[in-house]
Amino acid sequence: MALHETNSLRVVLYEGAGATDFGADARWAMLTTLLEQGFAVTRTVAGGRVAPQVRGQLLVLGQFADGAAPEVEGDGTTQVRVRDVTGCDATAVAALATAERQAAGLDGGGAWKPWFPVIDYDRCTNCMQCLSFCLFGVYGVDANHKIQAQNEDQCKTNCPACSRVCPEAAIMFPKYKAGPINGDEVQAADLGKEKMKVDISALLGGDVYSALRARSTQAKERFSRERDEKKALNERQKCLTKLAQGGDIPIEVLMSLPAPEEILRRAEVAKAKAAAALAAQPTP
Amino acid sequence: MNCERAPRILYCHCQYAQVVSAEVKQAVLRELAATGVAFDAVADLCELSARRDPALAALAAGGGVKIAACFPRAVKWLFHAGQADLPMEETEVFNMRTQTAAEIIAGLARPEVRPNLPRGKVTAADAPPVAAAAQN
Ligand code: SF4
Ligand code: SF4
Repeated sequence: MALHETNSLRVVLYEGAGATDFGADARWAMLTTLLEQGFAVTRTVAGGRVAPQVRGQLLVLGQFADGAAPEVEGDGTTQVRVRDVTGCDATAVAALATAERQAAGLDGGGAWKPWFPVIDYDRCTNCMQCLSFCLFGVYGVDANHKIQAQNEDQCKTNCPACSRVCPEAAIMFPKYKAGPINGDEVQAADLGKEKMKVDISALLGGDVYSALRARSTQAKERFSRERDEKKALNERQKCLTKLAQGGDIPIEVLMSLPAPEEILRRAEVAKAKAAAALAAQPTP
Repeated sequence: MNCERAPRILYCHCQYAQVVSAEVKQAVLRELAATGVAFDAVADLCELSARRDPALAALAAGGGVKIAACFPRAVKWLFHAGQADLPMEETEVFNMRTQTAAEIIAGLARPEVRPNLPRGKVTAADAPPVAAAAQN
């Protein structure tokens, strides 16, 4: 299922009329276990405010009188199921919710670490450097030619490289360790720091793609001379290790880069996309 | 306190990374579970944003909201990326990466919202002179 087509199941812990209180410890254990299994959980109390249900599926859990869950009708956009969980511990509640989620054909989450660029449009100048840089097609433009992350799940987990090529420090990875990439405020002092903008191309003493291309040519020559696959691979690994040492780009990410020829091809595609997006922008 | 206007509470469990202190998350969630407040909790706001899950629109709708998650700038733009802008004047974000559990619990219990979503861009003129000098 495509990422943008998946919805989550919202679980409501119901303790109102006709149901008994879970108690603080049991409630906390249920909340924790359900959250760890990817559910959204709502605790309702009389007079309290929670988010409205827009559309989708609701699973209402309660300890109902006589162990009988009431019949509830949805409203066309929302499907509601009510289940009695009297005597269930947190593990049993989570198992029930998981079974309901599967029965509803909804995604459980957790298959992918949500690691992707988040753009701060207060800072972004729509320069398209990120689009031109990314080899994995994460970026695109919307109908108004504005940059956006479009294919979040194609982003390389734990790789913040594009945030370092953004001249405006506009790209965040909220799960990154340090600021301002993690969303901490950008200080003017940060912008002055060249360290913030590790130009990964500089790590190879020039454009990363031409460096890889050069390596590829050398490797090819050697390859044809020696037909030594292993050596060519070693060469590529050496080059990538150098990249990893110079910044905080995980070695696994670099090792998973495609062959130099493919890198070159993708770089051309990305650059062409960026050029087209820039050309389509209205002139100021 | 007027219940009509009372802010909603949203707690993010940051399930798919270890960037938020487990102790802070546990203390905040325990407190929410123990007190008689209504609230919404999500496994991972980042994931909802990446999916553009319609749940985000519901979480952003309905007026004042206090969010226990991470950096306000990240939360603001995660909601935007999820096509559900938060109300700038009615959103207060507590940062479980930098604040103590006690601070967050006290903030969530306060009846009023102190909006803190960032707006605008820092420019060179904002640099404190000392910090600027330290660069050189
Ligand atoms: S590189 Fe930065 S400023 Fe340029 S379009 Fe990308 S996010 Fe915006
Ligand atoms: S919004 Fe912040 S706290 Fe929540 S999942 Fe994302 S990084 Fe974690």
